[in-house]
Parts: sequence; C-alpha cells; structure tokens
Amino acid sequence: MSEPLAHSSVSDKRSRTGGVRTFPSPTASPARRRASTEALAAWTLAGPAVFFLFVLFFLPGIGVFVIALTDWQFGARSLSFVGFANFGEVFADAGFRASLVNTITYVLIIVPGTVVLGLLIALLIESGRSLRAFYRAIHFLPFMATLTAMAVAWEALLHPTIGLVNLTLVAIGLPTANWLGDENTALPVLAVIGIWQNLGYAMVLFLAGLKSIPQDLYDAADVDGADIWLDRLRTVTLPMLGPVSMFVVIVVAVRAFESFDTVKVLTQGGPGHASEALLYTLYRESFEYLHAGYGAAIAVVFLAIVVTLTLVQARVVDRKVHYQ
Amino acid sequence: MSGSNSTVRLAPAAAILRHTVLLVSGALVLVPFVWMVSLSLKPPGEIFRASFSFWPAEFHGVENYTNALTEAPLPRYMANGLIVCALILVLQILICVPCAYALAKLRFPGRDLLFGMVLVGLLLPHQVLSLPLFILGYQLGILNTYAALVFPYVVSPFGIFLFRQFFKTIPDDVVHAARLDGLSELAIVWKIMLPIALPALIAFSIFSVVGHWNDLFWPLIAVRDQSLMPPPLGIMAFKNEEAGSDYGTLMAASTLVVAPLLIAFLAAQKWFLEGMTGGAVK
Repeated sequence: MSEPLAHSSVSDKRSRTGGVRTFPSPTASPARRRASTEALAAWTLAGPAVFFLFVLFFLPGIGVFVIALTDWQFGARSLSFVGFANFGEVFADAGFRASLVNTITYVLIIVPGTVVLGLLIALLIESGRSLRAFYRAIHFLPFMATLTAMAVAWEALLHPTIGLVNLTLVAIGLPTANWLGDENTALPVLAVIGIWQNLGYAMVLFLAGLKSIPQDLYDAADVDGADIWLDRLRTVTLPMLGPVSMFVVIVVAVRAFESFDTVKVLTQGGPGHASEALLYTLYRESFEYLHAGYGAAIAVVFLAIVVTLTLVQARVVDRKVHYQ
Repeated sequence: MSGSNSTVRLAPAAAILRHTVLLVSGALVLVPFVWMVSLSLKPPGEIFRASFSFWPAEFHGVENYTNALTEAPLPRYMANGLIVCALILVLQILICVPCAYALAKLRFPGRDLLFGMVLVGLLLPHQVLSLPLFILGYQLGILNTYAALVFPYVVSPFGIFLFRQFFKTIPDDVVHAARLDGLSELAIVWKIMLPIALPALIAFSIFSVVGHWNDLFWPLIAVRDQSLMPPPLGIMAFKNEEAGSDYGTLMAASTLVVAPLLIAFLAAQKWFLEGMTGGAVK
C-alpha cells in the first residue's frame, strides 16, 4: 500500500510545481534529493539579493510608516507614538497643501504636453524614411542629459536681463517676465522644462508602439479605401496605439510626480510656495528642518500616489503582455 | 525589421513639411545645449552684454574650461561619479544575476514569494525610503563616505527582473548540458548564462550608470564633503558658491558633466534606447 501512496504524493508535488518533468521517476527519493539540492542551490544563489532586498527595501519601507506615526526629530533621544497626528498636521499645513496642488498642476501640464508632443514627433519620424535615427537622437538627448547641469543652462536661458528667452521676446516686441522669480510663471516654466526633458522618452516608446502595428491592418485599411495618411492614422494607427499611450501617460506621470532636481536647483520651491513640489517638501522637511516624523508622513502620502499610478499601469500592461 | 509599417512614399510637399517640422522641433530641443556651450566660450563681459551671437567675439573658452577643471574641482567630481557608478554596477550584477538565474531556472519552495518581493521592490520609489536609509547609514557610521553613496543601490529589483526575463528565454537544455559537463550552479550563472545574456547586461549597465551619474537626490542627503560629491551635486555646490558671478565657468563645468553620456549615447544609440526604456525598444 505504501508504494502507490508515495507515488501519488510525488506526482502531486510535481503538478503543483508546474509539472514540467514528464518522465516517470522509478524511485521517489533521488528525485526528492535532487529537489532539495536544487532548493539549497537556489537559496544560496538568491541569498545576497534576498538579504539586501530585506535590509534596503522592506525594513525601510516598514520603517517609514513607523516613523510617520511618531513625533521623532533627527538627533532627538526620545520619541513617542502620536498615531496619525502627523498626517493631520501635514494636510492642515498650507505649505504642504500648496505643494500637493502644485505637484498635481505640474503633472497635469507635463503629461498632456509630453504625450502629445512625443506622439506627434514619433508619427512624423515614422511617416518618412530619411533621417529617422538622426531625428530620434536629437529629440532624445534631453532625457540622457544630467538634469542638474541642464537646469543651470535653463537658468541662463531664462535670466531676466541676459537670458535668450527675454532677449528674443524683446526683439519681437513681446512683454518679458522674470520667469523663475514670478510666482505666476515659476511652476509653468518648471513644467516646460519637464516636458522638454521627457518628450524624447515618450517619443521612443511611441516609435516602438508604431513598429508593432501589423502591416496587415494598413493593407486592410487600403482595401477599404483609406489611402490618405490621415485616414490611416484615424482608422488604424491611433486605435492601435491605445495601450502604449496609456503606458506612456502613467510612466510620464510618475516621472513628473518625482521631479526634484529642477525645483532644488532653480527655485527652492519659491517664490513663496509657488513652485514647491512634493519630493522637494519631503526633502526639506526631513533633511533640512529635521522633522523626521513629519517628513515620513509626506513620504507615505507620496508613496500612496505613486503606487496607485504604478498599479494602474501594471493592470494595463498585464492585459497586453504576460511575464512568462 | 525595416519598420516601414506606416510608411508610404510621401509626396514631395509632405516630405518637406515633415523635415521642416522635425528640424524646427529638433532645433528647439537643442537650444539649451547650444546656449550652454555658447556661454561656456564667452568672457564675463560679453555674457552680460547679452547678444544673440552663438560664437564669442572674444574667445574665452580656454580660460572657462581651465577654470572649470581647476577652480571647481570638476575632475574630482567626475572621478567620484565614475567610482560610485562603477561600484554600484559591479555590486548590482554580482547580487542580482545569481538571484535572477535562480528565479528563472531553478525550482524551489518560496520562489513565487521571492519574485513577489522583487515586484514589490520594483514598485517602491527610492526617495520614499530615504529617511530610513539615512538612519541606517548613520547607524553603520558610513554617512559622508563613498559607501553612503553606494549602499542603497547594491540590489536592484529592476535588474533582477530584467535578467530573469532574459534567462527565461534561454532553453533549459543549455542548463542541463552544462550540468552534465559537471559545472556547478554558480559556474553556470557566470560562464554560461551571463555571456548569453550580454544584451540584457549591456541594457542594464546603461540604465544603471545613467541613473546614478545623473542622480541628485540621494547624494544631497548622503554626503557633505566636496571631495566626495558626484557631478550633479558638485555642479550645484559650485553654482551656489559662485552665486552667478562666473557664468562662463559654470557653463563649461555643466558642459563637461553632460558630455560623456551624450557622446556615449550618440555612439551607441540603439543600446541606450533599449537600456533607458527597460527593454521596451529593440
């Protein structure tokens, strides 16, 4: 009686682990021994990664939630749990609310700007054959360039008296502005820099999307009489780009939420709170004002936003691709 | 793949329109780069006289670039960037590749859980973890050292994910044959799998190096000494120090920081596009 039982338990295990091994194993124990050596090897190989994932991602991830529930300040010897008081304080703070509204405004400018421009440029590049790599490279350059250094270049461009932008406006008789020093223009200008930096990234993703549209669809559209470029665009290209567009929207939105360098280098959130963005507020509260508990609460809010966006993206992508 | 899906031969008028629009948008995109280089060649007087001319009336490039290399300790910043990026990349590969192999090719209890951990790690923006990581660095006594700049990044969930996806495409027979040849699992990882996964290795290396060369957020928190600053932090420190009085030198420094990646990108476009988009572009 014991023989068939042992067999059935082995085959159970096999089917649970995916049932890849199809050969009947005459004896159970060598297979089991092989399985346990394989498990040992696997955990040895994965061990360092597991350790560091734990220490550098999971403990800090839990840590930030715990700190958010305390009134701890850096350097303080004692702390006490204050429940959700930090979150109440965060949302009651006009500075934080300004920062949140700014960041959302910023995202709402960058996302449409980047996606529309990126798509247009990708369509234009793909509509002809010559100089494709050249145009692609030029438009992608800002995405590669160190943003801190380029922010310094942008500051020179936007300089109120000697910047190229105002020189040009004067030359063609338009009013000038103190772009980074005026509370009405600081945030939109940072958003324009964000679009400038990310549009090449959107373009490249759209180019990949365009390449994956099957030629048959265009042939079918031709048969249906869609011989004008615009018709093909409307009936085939744009509908087929739907999933890619969704992906681009989310990725760019996450990048926009995470923008920090331009704020830090160009405006420090000012004038007033006019260009304060979430990550900058998080940095300043945590590391300049040393309000650890308060900073951690901002981090949790920030995490909630980014994770929500990423999960939406994962759902969209999952419908298209399966990781196997 | 010629990628000529949507390509019809354009009418001459349409072709001209295409080139015109792309040249204009391309030129606009390049303006900040051009202005930066232009200012880096001008003497202070000319910068503040404010003219449209790209080329300086009096060439001051040698002075500006010399200043950038001596006054702002730019070689130091660049060396720091190089050291930090190299350390991060080597450690990431050493730690992530074996784990990716285990996830892709070995069967063991807890595999799905581990992969789930990797996906959760992929989800966490690193800035959110900065407070606890700062405390950890403090406890370890490594703040304001190279180690502080490197340690948060020694494991990359994205790296594990990318290599796992690539290893999955390698037939199991390759692994079985290597085992029959008497190779250990560790030898299979380094001698068989990694060489086959060279495209993934290149893409990941570019992704990693570009990200860490350009990063400002964590270095700002982790180091204070000028002698440890990577390029973005160095540029910022120099800008604050000079308070806008030495534009030419600041622009020269910025140009030198941006140049290596841009030149590498132009030389190996295809690899960079693949690396920077997480393999979405082939």
